[in-house]
Amino acid sequence: MKKDKKMTLTLPAEELMACGHLACQGCGAALAMRYMLKALGQKTVLCIPACCWAVIDGPYPYSSLDVPIYHCAFETAASTATGVKAGLEMTGDAETTVVAWAGDGGTFDIGLQALSGAAERNDDIIYVCYDNEAYMNTGIQRSSATPYGAWTTTTPVKHFKTQPKKDIVAILAAHRVPYIATASVSHPEDFFKKMKKAKDIKGTRFFHVYAPCPTGWKSRPEDTVKLARMAVQNAYFPLLEIEDGEKYTLNLKLKDKKPVNDYVRIQGRFRHLTDEQIGSIQAEVDARWERLLKLSV
Amino acid sequence: MKKVMMGNHALSYGAMLSRSQVIAAYPITPQTQVVELLSEMCADGTLDARFIKVESEHSAMAACIGASVAGARTFTATSAQGLALMHEMLHWASGGRHPVVMGNINRSMAPGWSIWTDQNDSLSERDTGWMQYYCASNQEVLDTVIQAFKVSEALMIPGMVVLDAFALSHTYEVVDVPDQAAVDKYLPPFKPEIRLTPNDPRAFGGLTGAEHYMELRYKLQKDMEKAPALIEETGREFEKMFGRNLGLVDAYKCDDAEFVFVTSGTAGFTARVAVDELRRSGVKAGNLRIKVFRPFPFAKVREILKKVKKAAVVDRNCSYGAHGIFFQEVKSALYGEPGTPPVFGYIAGLGGRDITTDSFKEVAAHALAKDRADEEIVWIGVKK
Ligand SMILES: Cc1ncc(C[n+]2csc(CCOP(=O)(O)OP(=O)(O)O)c2C)c(N)n1
Ligand code: SF4
Ligand SMILES: [Mg+2]
Repeated sequence: MKKDKKMTLTLPAEELMACGHLACQGCGAALAMRYMLKALGQKTVLCIPACCWAVIDGPYPYSSLDVPIYHCAFETAASTATGVKAGLEMTGDAETTVVAWAGDGGTFDIGLQALSGAAERNDDIIYVCYDNEAYMNTGIQRSSATPYGAWTTTTPVKHFKTQPKKDIVAILAAHRVPYIATASVSHPEDFFKKMKKAKDIKGTRFFHVYAPCPTGWKSRPEDTVKLARMAVQNAYFPLLEIEDGEKYTLNLKLKDKKPVNDYVRIQGRFRHLTDEQIGSIQAEVDARWERLLKLSV
Repeated sequence: MKKVMMGNHALSYGAMLSRSQVIAAYPITPQTQVVELLSEMCADGTLDARFIKVESEHSAMAACIGASVAGARTFTATSAQGLALMHEMLHWASGGRHPVVMGNINRSMAPGWSIWTDQNDSLSERDTGWMQYYCASNQEVLDTVIQAFKVSEALMIPGMVVLDAFALSHTYEVVDVPDQAAVDKYLPPFKPEIRLTPNDPRAFGGLTGAEHYMELRYKLQKDMEKAPALIEETGREFEKMFGRNLGLVDAYKCDDAEFVFVTSGTAGFTARVAVDELRRSGVKAGNLRIKVFRPFPFAKVREILKKVKKAAVVDRNCSYGAHGIFFQEVKSALYGEPGTPPVFGYIAGLGGRDITTDSFKEVAAHALAKDRADEEIVWIGVKK
């Protein structure tokens, strides 16, 4: 008989997210929340605007999370969080971490102004954007985080999205906030470590978290982690940190960077793309990767 | 202590004496001095508060809501376009039961750009679930801010203190600034029952199905219905401590009046002069200035107006396609009451055009000459 192999649990076993939440099977956004809360712990307050997560935590009077949540208006994740932080401090609680937790629509589009305001003031909040690359809550419409080539209900196959994804990390870097990190649900330890680090920094901290969405991407629920890992390994979604808007660190050096083709081909939202069109996605990914390599020396 | 100050500073002093803890605001003419003075007060330590210099009014109200749910007393001020930009968040503040208090300087809505007074900005927010107080003097502005916090925090409903652009906002008057210790006695610290804290993790404002939503709104209305009595009670309490009553309405010479103007804001003080002049020429006139618009003091208005022969409502606003907005409310206050007087509706003073004693005399001449209020709206001083 083989001896039992022992695995060390590198993340705390304590769960602040209970089962019974309302996410779809294989939801990347649900994983992202679970990992973040493991890092931040109980002394955390969440401000969640309209997005899938406004529903996932459960209908009134239930909640699947063991931390308080304020459900705020779509474009107000950052400004609400700023107010909560000020309110807590003025009533004697300087300790609690205040998190704005928003989707890509609430971050790249309608909430960008409020986010920019908070970042410029360097308000003491952690802003997390879980990115599923479209407005999923309202039924898969394009956002400015939707990548080139993707089908959504407002970018039908005949008119798929021809503009590239907005570079939100560069926008935040231009605000020179003290800490920016990208993370992926395929790399929970990396995410956990960065979140722990962010917790002890003062000022605006921004996370861009890759969160595949089987419902919106027309991918298989069991492929969520695999897709997220592929996106990291082919540099479609590089893992990085930026300190003070200047100091770039690439967390994975990617010696043998994989082509994007396999990643694209297993998602229904890209099914219509020709090899040539996938080639242009590859070119865009390569160019951004080169840029990041230069920035991170 | 008596001080000469502009209406905007009366708002700032009201917020300061109330010990606001978080202020989030964005500048707009004619509100700017409110936030300028408050920033100074925060900077020099006169006021122990956090001032969040947000990038828009929408964010201002969002930040106020966040601070309020965290348990802080919260204040902001705006006007016209800024108030309209906040609209979504006004519903949020009342629906979430956050007792934010806000000053709004009545300014006309663009286009064309106008910085002068009328009431369409605040009255467009009629149905957002905010209490609205219309002031006629700088003293009333300062006093009302303090009272508004007391009422709002008791009912967990936000309150808007409204004043006319320039006629009050930039006009200097003598104001009796109450003693801080006395204000502290009148208005104890804000201690909400439930707040956003990790010690008591709850979800606020999540997805609410049809089996719960209606009850939440029913409770909002039921609490609004408690407000008139509470405003009168806290107004009497205020009078005991500070010598000035803060009621729902200000009835001037209405007791024996046969003809009564119904007004709001500073026009309500101008109307008093017209009342005196009319009385000298033998008309038993009076003026009913409505101070609290939401909740609307239906019972009070009915009680006063059912005794008169004619009422003339002068609106500095228009609900296009309907009437002046106070006119509608007054008519609905009287509806079904036997023996009520004819009510005439007038619109005057839009976009900051002056409402003078002559305007009121024109109103009186028109109303007194007619038996029936058969014209829908009469416009005063308009070039046709
Ligand atoms: C002011 C406003 N406009 C539109 C909506 C409708 N709305 C709710 S969620 C949503 C999309 C959210 O997309 P995203 O932020 O990417 O989150 P996801 O649903 O993908 O998780 C939209 C358009 C709203 N709630 N408020
Ligand atoms: S639609 Fe996508 S993001 Fe939303 S709950 Fe389902 S899987 Fe998650
Ligand atoms: Mg999305």
